[in-house]
Amino acid sequence: MSRKKEIFWSLYTLTEKEIRRFMRIWLQTLVPPAVTMSLYFVIFGSLIGPRIGQMNGIDYIQFMIPGLIMLAVITSSYSNVVSSFFGVKFQRSIEELLISPMPNIIILIGFIIGGTARGIIVGFLVFLVSLFFYPEFKIVDPLLTINVLVLTAILFSIMGFLNAIYADSFDDITIVPTFVLTPLIYLGGVFYSITILPQFWQNVSLANPMLYVVNTFRQGMLGESDISVSFSLMMMIFFITLLSVLSLYLLKKGTGIRE
Amino acid sequence: MTDLALEIQALEKEYASGVKALKGINLSVTKGDFFALLGPNGAGKSSTIGIISSLVTKTSGTVKIFGIDIDRDFNEAKRQIGVVAQEINFSPFEKVRDIVLTQAGYYGLSKREAILRGDKVLKSLGLWDKRDEQSRNLSGGLKRRLMIAKAMIHEPKLLILDEPTAGVDIELRRGMWDLISKLNDDGTTIILTTHYLEEAEQLCRNIAIIDHGEIVENTSMKELLAKLDVQSFVIDLEHPIESAPELSHFTFKLQDPSTLIVAIDKQQTMNNLFTELNKLNISVKSMRNESNRLEELFMNVIKDE
Repeated sequence: MSRKKEIFWSLYTLTEKEIRRFMRIWLQTLVPPAVTMSLYFVIFGSLIGPRIGQMNGIDYIQFMIPGLIMLAVITSSYSNVVSSFFGVKFQRSIEELLISPMPNIIILIGFIIGGTARGIIVGFLVFLVSLFFYPEFKIVDPLLTINVLVLTAILFSIMGFLNAIYADSFDDITIVPTFVLTPLIYLGGVFYSITILPQFWQNVSLANPMLYVVNTFRQGMLGESDISVSFSLMMMIFFITLLSVLSLYLLKKGTGIRE
Repeated sequence: MTDLALEIQALEKEYASGVKALKGINLSVTKGDFFALLGPNGAGKSSTIGIISSLVTKTSGTVKIFGIDIDRDFNEAKRQIGVVAQEINFSPFEKVRDIVLTQAGYYGLSKREAILRGDKVLKSLGLWDKRDEQSRNLSGGLKRRLMIAKAMIHEPKLLILDEPTAGVDIELRRGMWDLISKLNDDGTTIILTTHYLEEAEQLCRNIAIIDHGEIVENTSMKELLAKLDVQSFVIDLEHPIESAPELSHFTFKLQDPSTLIVAIDKQQTMNNLFTELNKLNISVKSMRNESNRLEELFMNVIKDE
């Protein structure tokens, strides 16, 4: 069998395993974000939203939709890869991968596809939930929306991978999502436009990478953004490339996986 | 073409903690051999196997697998090896068949080929009836078999078993010996590490003993056993005696009035022993080895170091 075919089948196997893993426990992996986001739509969208009125000329519930989808996509992609890769380390089944002739890049891609797939499925489920609360929602730029969705899921899957490489305990895989990721997302314009902030905090917000992700996605869905879309897309691609190279370097070096 | 399945030269491993696990070992295993790698805990066995199977990174030295240098083409070298790790290393939530098929896929086998080989391996190892069970529901012995099934799925030419029968009951251990012997008969080179020295004595043709990161003995099993100067036996007596007899060439110790332990020089025959005992009117009811012969040697080798 040619090397190319071998590589194809090894990637296929790892990807299938990763997708099978989160599909098997769908009640833990796919349903919770949809339930949580429904509560956001009920409380902040339907109950409090009408009192807020509009944000940047858009109904508040409609303004929230892209942000909440991104919130779900980011946390799902990240947590899928961090828990799956740390899980194989913890159970030692990572040895199955390491002793096989599968190239490191295929291991990385396999886990990224798993995380991206879960992120996209969860994003789609949250979008379906949002239609229940705001049926007239129309996506302004489907191509940009899909691009940002996929790039975001990839980016945060890689971040989850890096977290798992360095993680030695279950605490290590919850610290970053709890104390770094979630605050940055909440302060990254999911629930508000930074234009309502004083100038100083607007400038501070520009240092938050989540702001770019959320606003670029909002541009795709609503045609409205606080920041430059092209700059944001370039930064996402730049960070995907940078973090992928870093992940491959760590895999080659054996950090966290080989003695 | 090399005749060696494994060739290790000046292999060193120093861990980040500063522990020097391997101090420049040299080791060769010929194709088709059944080779034992013995050593006490922390001697360097697992580090050696870890380096061969890529789970541990070496500090220096060369490792060639069927002539393929792992520094040049580790992926090609990995294709030749199957590893049965000491600890269970599959997901407890995956089904038995999925675990084997996944491992096949990692080695680049197509879905169709993986199913064909996987089903064959599961049947030959007596796991077919359990194929749809989650692996956590398997007994300890079946989990060990699953480890072997995984290691065999890509039909490796060299199978490394790191204490495969640790914690396994006697019946199952013997079943596994038969299985591994059959693999060796079929042409697979086997490297075995074990704590059960009887296992190494029964199965292996060649042996290396490693201690404190150095190879202290590397020879054939026959030659090693030939070095044994004294053997000990336990004798059950027909009638009790009060004290241990004193004879030259034989050292006796009375364990209890009906049980005598005797150490016999290599030059002496059993006939001599029985003749001398007869002269003393001591009649023997039964007799057995006091301990495993290899164990005595092993302890001597380790003690010498």
